[in-house]
Amino acid sequence: MNPWPFVVAAYGVAIALTGALLLWAMLSMRRAEAAADALKRK
Amino acid sequence: MHALANPARFLRFARPATTWLLLVGAALAIAGMVAGLVLTPPDYLQGETVRILYIHVPSAWLGMAGWTGIAVASVSQLVWRHPLAAIGGRAAAPAGAIFAAICLITGSIWGRPTWGTWWEWDGRLTSMLVLFFLYLGYIALASAERERGGDGRIAALFGLAGAINLPIIHYSVLWWRTLHQGESIGLSGSSIDNSILWPLPLTMVGFTCLFGAAVLMRMRAELAESKVQARMRRMGSL
Repeated sequence: MNPWPFVVAAYGVAIALTGALLLWAMLSMRRAEAAADALKRK
Repeated sequence: MHALANPARFLRFARPATTWLLLVGAALAIAGMVAGLVLTPPDYLQGETVRILYIHVPSAWLGMAGWTGIAVASVSQLVWRHPLAAIGGRAAAPAGAIFAAICLITGSIWGRPTWGTWWEWDGRLTSMLVLFFLYLGYIALASAERERGGDGRIAALFGLAGAINLPIIHYSVLWWRTLHQGESIGLSGSSIDNSILWPLPLTMVGFTCLFGAAVLMRMRAELAESKVQARMRRMGSL
C-alpha cells in the first residue's frame, strides 16, 4: 500500500481545518471590532 | 490571571499578542511540517506514515489542552467570578473542538495503512471521540445560555464535569491495552529516536501558538460584541 496518499491527506486535513479556524476567528473578530468602533464614533 | 481581569488591560495585552502568536505559530508549524515531510527518515516499522505523527500529536495535545482551559476558566468563573472567564471558556471551545477533530481524522488516516482499519472502538479512540462530542455539547450549551442572558454558570458546571474525561483519555492506553500503542513520549523521556523526533517540538509549539491566537481572536470578538450590545441597550433605554 502506497503510504503517501495517506500522509498527504492527513496534512491536508490538518492545514485546511487549522486555516479555516484561524480565518473564521479573524473575520469574526474584525467584524465585531469594526462594529464596536463604528458605534463609538456615532 | 487576575491582572488581566480588566477588559481594557486584557485588550492592551491581547492585541500585540495575537499578531505575535500568529506569526511565530505559522513559522514554527510550517517549519516543523516541512521538516517532518522532507528531512526525517522513514520509521523502520511504520515507514512513511510515521510523518503523520507531527500533526497528530500536537492536535491530540491541543484537543486536551483546550478542555483543560475550559475547566480552569470554569473554576475561575465559579469560585473567583473572574469577568473574562466565561468569555475565555467559550473562546477555547471551537479551537479545542477543531483540534480534537484533526486528531481523530489524522489518527484514522494513520490507522488504515498501519493497523488495517480506519476505526476501532479502542479506549483511547473512543475517549477522544467523547471529548469531541463534549466540545459540541459545551458550544451549544454556552451559546444557548448566552442568548438567554445567562451568566454562563451552567456551561461552567458542564466544563468542570467534562474534565473527568481528561484523565480517562490519558490513562486509557494503560487501563485498556487494545489497539492504540502505549505512551511514546513522557516526562521521563521518549521511545522515539531523535532522528525522527526533532521536528515534533516545532509543530507542538507552532500549533499551540496558533491555538492561542485563535482563542485570543475569539475573546476579542466576544468583548467587542458585548460592547455593541451594552451600547445598544443604553441607546434603547434613552
